[in-house]
Amino acid sequence: MADAVRRKPNMAKEKVKMPEQDPNVRNRNFEEVALGYTPEMAMEEATRCLNCKKPFCMEGCPVNVPIPRFIEQVVAGNFEKAYEIITEENALPAITGRVCPQENQCEGKCVRGRAKGCESVGIGRLERFVADYHREHGEHKTPHVEKNGKKVAVVGSGPAGITCAGELARRGYDVHVFEALHKTGGVLSYGIPEFRLPKTIVQAEADVVADYGVDFETNVVVGRTITVDELEEAGYDAVFVGSGAGLPRFQGIPGENLNGVYSANEFLTRVNLMKGYMFPDRPTPVKISPTVCVVGAGNVAMDAARTAKRLGAENVYIVYRRSEEEAPARKEEIHHAKEEGIQFKFLTNPIAVNGDEEGWVKSITCQEMELGEADASGRRRPVPVEGHTFDIETGTFIVAIGQSPNPLIRQTTPGLDTQKWGGIIVNEETMETSRDSVYAGGDAVTGAATVILAMGAGKKAAIAIDEKLSGK
Amino acid sequence: MYKIVRKETLNDAAFEMEIEAPMVARKCEAGQFIILRVGEDGERIPLTIGDFDREKGTITIVVQAVGFSTKQLEKLEVGDEVTDFVGPLGRPTEFHDGLKRVVGVCGGIGAAPVYPQLKALAEKGVKVDVIIGGREAQYVLWADKFKTFCDHVYIATDNGELGTKGFGTTVLQQLIDEGVKFDEVIAIGPVIMMKNVVKVTKPYNIPTSVSLNPIMVDGTGMCGCCRVTVDGQTKFACVDGPDFDGLNVDFDELMERQRFFKKEEKYVDEHADRICDLMRGAE
Ligand SMILES: Cc1cc2nc3c(=O)[nH]c(=O)nc-3n(C[C@H](O)[C@H](O)[C@H](O)COP(=O)(O)OP(=O)(O)OC[C@H]3O[C@@H](n4cnc5c(N)ncnc54)[C@H](O)[C@@H]3O)c2cc1C
Ligand SMILES: Cc1cc2nc3c(=O)[nH]c(=O)nc-3n(C[C@H](O)[C@H](O)[C@H](O)COP(=O)(O)OP(=O)(O)OC[C@H]3O[C@@H](n4cnc5c(N)ncnc54)[C@H](O)[C@@H]3O)c2cc1C
Ligand code: SF4
Ligand code: SF4
Ligand code: FES
Ligand SMILES: [Mg+2]
Repeated sequence: MADAVRRKPNMAKEKVKMPEQDPNVRNRNFEEVALGYTPEMAMEEATRCLNCKKPFCMEGCPVNVPIPRFIEQVVAGNFEKAYEIITEENALPAITGRVCPQENQCEGKCVRGRAKGCESVGIGRLERFVADYHREHGEHKTPHVEKNGKKVAVVGSGPAGITCAGELARRGYDVHVFEALHKTGGVLSYGIPEFRLPKTIVQAEADVVADYGVDFETNVVVGRTITVDELEEAGYDAVFVGSGAGLPRFQGIPGENLNGVYSANEFLTRVNLMKGYMFPDRPTPVKISPTVCVVGAGNVAMDAARTAKRLGAENVYIVYRRSEEEAPARKEEIHHAKEEGIQFKFLTNPIAVNGDEEGWVKSITCQEMELGEADASGRRRPVPVEGHTFDIETGTFIVAIGQSPNPLIRQTTPGLDTQKWGGIIVNEETMETSRDSVYAGGDAVTGAATVILAMGAGKKAAIAIDEKLSGK
Repeated sequence: MYKIVRKETLNDAAFEMEIEAPMVARKCEAGQFIILRVGEDGERIPLTIGDFDREKGTITIVVQAVGFSTKQLEKLEVGDEVTDFVGPLGRPTEFHDGLKRVVGVCGGIGAAPVYPQLKALAEKGVKVDVIIGGREAQYVLWADKFKTFCDHVYIATDNGELGTKGFGTTVLQQLIDEGVKFDEVIAIGPVIMMKNVVKVTKPYNIPTSVSLNPIMVDGTGMCGCCRVTVDGQTKFACVDGPDFDGLNVDFDELMERQRFFKKEEKYVDEHADRICDLMRGAE
């Protein structure tokens, strides 16, 4: 197989365009928005990489994917080799290639993006291409692993849990993943919509991990069905907690229990996990009014708004109390949302949900905001513009202002120290908690963050567990 | 995996099922519930644990077939399996100290959730009575099971076919009027019935525990669909309950919230055959 080829870099300023469904077609279906590169497009984009001696891009990747090394293989058309290189460090590339906030991570550091008017190398798109190519054309080898006779329990099958389980299984551990829901994948399954991350891809990448000998057991709520203490009594040598940050926050404004108010988690779970997008061909109901209002401007809010549009809403508003600058969503998601006709109301804060006599939402009252002095974090704080309020008529109000860790594990695991806001406290070197041999990582530790950070934490914990249990 | 080992028809609307779920049976306590699914794309439906057998590893549920998913469940027979079965969910009932006499008031299938609570109290040496209400005699459930440990088993039917003519609350009011002192009332049944029990107990300030059944999805605190207002505060019934202090529950809000998907539920129920075909095609 040809190794890195000597070549002249392609100095095109912009990334090779990714084919996408037309915005006015896709905002009526649940098929994937971005269609992916062809091999030719991937090879062309790959030639934009300078194969830097000191690859800054890698500093931006929380799991250190060997970016220039895999891209060089794409240049040469050795896609399977590229897949092998990526999966040395990242077990779920079809997922991260799609959902990583690349502009803040790998691509944010790429030297090609530094010059004015220039775009970074499309690292995420290439990663996705390689993973998809492998899934569709590659040969799947079931690895043979020598078992070491030790058992580890993993709580939660989100990216943190899957990654930790996969890394340990590769090292010979007998790993059992316990998942509360009836499906594995965590937010990847119940939260992120089909049109951004098809569920068949999530299951396919989880299956690769299962192939290493990881046993997934769904319908087990740790803390209720079995506690962490009982897992230890049952002979598990270590426990990794990757239970995520699934507890939805509400604003605490009047009217939040009216019919028509959903948490984004409920709305997205009904649509994704329960296939509400197929209602009434599937039994779990979901309903929206012709106008839908979403509060928040993170990925979750974008997903909720774009989902509402696809379910048939005519007008979808995103209201956010700060300005577009501060919106925490991936840039690409905001861009896609705008293309699909989502209307943004920045510097707007909902202060009341108003209902009719029968308990249904009929409008929300909003407060206009402006940016005031910078606060401790350096962000300018939104402050109300006195006397400027207005109503938006809507029957559906979706709250997407953040999630906290679910308290169940904390409440049922004596001696497990947590932050005041609920995050599990860990030793950052090893991810070990205040309880001996109990580790934690992902959103359960950091609060709502990203897929790749959760994966990084799962991997770090796996390495530390291995070191401890093998006495290294 | 979750095999049905016993099925009994209780009346023209309700049935009882015993299902194998050893991990749930090992751990569950009075007051908790499970969520099950029938079919690969089935709804998640919450059902209270009516009884359990730790040795056999089984859970008994009592179900009223009211719509699409409960009717799908009703179609299953002994030997069949449900697709998913998770639990025990919710907090176990917390009994107050120093209880001497407690009465359970159950409406319809509410008998099932009241049963393990009263049984647990009786095992602690508390004197327990039960009032079972039903529209007609056929809807009065589990009277024989309660007789094994209750001091008194009172029955009320709307038409007077069995026991007192009237509602459970009619009997409860009579007992209070006769001077019977209850340290606590446990009321479980349709929301309107629990609301009416509280109307009886509130003037006497008798602690009244109710089990709330808002619409749920995950049952683990992740979606917030199950929010109820208790004492002016929002609670998630699946993790903070389902038992709450009935004297402070906003029952009207709960009844409104239970109606959220009425139209959609009716549609699905009426088109059940087509949906089942579609779901089978997907499996
Ligand atoms: C709608 C939405 C969109 C997002 N978009 C992006 C994006 O584009 N890019 C990005 O990088 N990040 C995104 N995120 C964030 C990202 O998904 C999370 O940071 C990541 O999934 C965290 O992984 P995790 O493994 O820690 O937890 P989770 O993915 O939350 O998984 C936790 C799992 O543990 C299970 N669990 C919880 N408690 C228990 C228990 N007691 N017993 C057993 N199982 C339990 C849960 O059911 C769940 O399956 C998004 C999040 C949401 C909600
Ligand atoms: C904690 C708890 C314990 C329960 N215990 C029992 C029990 O022991 N026996 C029993 O027969 N029923 C019980 N229920 C109610 C039962 O879950 C509903 O009757 C069932 O989900 C209805 O489903 P369906 O598709 O057959 O009917 P549908 O036609 O879909 O619904 C009929 C009505 O049931 C309610 N309902 C619908 N979906 C749900 C849902 N996902 N969660 C809760 N309520 C819903 C709504 O008010 C709806 O109007 C309990 C509910 C809760 C929350
Ligand atoms: S895992 Fe994410 S951050 Fe790392 S290279 Fe891939 S897309 Fe970039
Ligand atoms: S920084 Fe950019 S150009 Fe340099 S190696 Fe990384 S991807 Fe290639
Ligand atoms: S059912 Fe989802 S939080 Fe209670
Ligand atoms: Mg239903």
